Amino acid sequence: MACNLLIRGMLNTLKPQSRITRRALFKALGIGGAAALLPERARAAALPDTGGEQATLLDLTRCVGCEACADACREANAARFPEPRKPFPQMLPSGTKPEDFSDRRADTSRLTPYNWLFIQRAQAQGREVFIPRRCMHCQNPPCAALCPWGAASKYPGGTVAIDADICLGGAKCRDACPWAIPQRQSGVGLYLDLAPRLGGNGVMFKCDRCKDRVAAGGTPACVEACPNGVQVIGPRPEIEALAREKARTTGGHLYGLDENGGTNTIYLSPVPFELLDAGIEKGPGKPHLASVADSMAPSNRLAWAVLLAPLAGAASVFLRGARAVVRRKEGGDERV
Amino acid sequence: MNGFSLYRIVMAVLAVSGMAQMPVFKRYHIADVPGLAWTADSFLTFRLHYAAAAALLFWLGHRLVRRGAASLGAARVALLGMLFATGAARVIENLPRVAFPPMAGRFLDWTHLGAAMAIGIWALTSVVRKNVKTPSPDRDIV
Repeated sequence: MACNLLIRGMLNTLKPQSRITRRALFKALGIGGAAALLPERARAAALPDTGGEQATLLDLTRCVGCEACADACREANAARFPEPRKPFPQMLPSGTKPEDFSDRRADTSRLTPYNWLFIQRAQAQGREVFIPRRCMHCQNPPCAALCPWGAASKYPGGTVAIDADICLGGAKCRDACPWAIPQRQSGVGLYLDLAPRLGGNGVMFKCDRCKDRVAAGGTPACVEACPNGVQVIGPRPEIEALAREKARTTGGHLYGLDENGGTNTIYLSPVPFELLDAGIEKGPGKPHLASVADSMAPSNRLAWAVLLAPLAGAASVFLRGARAVVRRKEGGDERV
Repeated sequence: MNGFSLYRIVMAVLAVSGMAQMPVFKRYHIADVPGLAWTADSFLTFRLHYAAAAALLFWLGHRLVRRGAASLGAARVALLGMLFATGAARVIENLPRVAFPPMAGRFLDWTHLGAAMAIGIWALTSVVRKNVKTPSPDRDIV
């Protein structure tokens, strides 16, 4: 009952010009949500033709830093870039700052809401290495696990995406991401229709491996545009085997197989990643290349405690009863 | 400590750590209060929520087998059941190599949030009613 009231309240706050419609919300909460729980429908809707997770291998020995991938990314996703309403709402409490990149759309030196892929450069072992950087698409993404609103999700095909129609811009995904990949643009999104001064602060943007193009049978724009074939995409086991084989035969180094528990973006470099990490410029929108422990591992261990706890609680009653029976048989204390 | 006290403490921890799943403690400067910086630690509060959920579910499993569902009341069983069902499904979704369709994840998140708010409102209502009439020990659980 209270749940229904909450949902009705949310629906009533949505304005007609909102990008998410009442119908879409009903679909999300009702028939669509329930139906999406069905395994067969889920598989039909979300798995790529090949089935399983797709991964990309980026062979840095081939990258010349021409930025064709970054240009293709911007062109392919231009229609999805934010068009913020200005002035931004005065947010409460004061001190909550908007983040605005709309006047810096041409900035290709870092990740922004208008630049989901950029090229990092490093000097290492006497050579210049170019590194296309975008979302790593973790196999167990903390951004999706910790998003409290269901805006960030991992798709069964291995893509991690943020739904711009749902995101409130709390930036928790960026805090949880070991590389701080998602970037926020204020003045857009659902928060403007809910409580623009009190909650939310825009929408988070990042690479989603061109999931709509892929769903239509295409490949991600960056993969397709590269003149040197830096990136290959395919089923993760095949890409992982290819990466290991290339590293073995060329004496190369791999990044992404184990980082944060494993990612679906794997880099092959001619020089160790410690040297690349030391050589690149790091900061907001400029992710590192350091080794990353599995940030979800402690939670995953606790998850089993959560799932088994009711059984353990029930078992404790039987254990208690059994102990009482044993005591009685031994003629000891009869209290339970 | 009796079972009712444990229930109250665990529900309080779940409420605080659940609220912390939304970035409100940082936004509203609560995390700036000395001693409360941990409320803005996403991973810490996430794990705390899991740990408290495990404690609650252990208590629930014990209680339901020992004294039956009637000892909790139909409303509490329904609300806790909804919390458990959506929370457990979300815990499973968060495991490696598990991915639900985005629509399903969203449905779980919003239903879980709604159930948590409902149980909070219900608990507050129970406290108000307790001041009106003398409760039995079992009614005292809120």
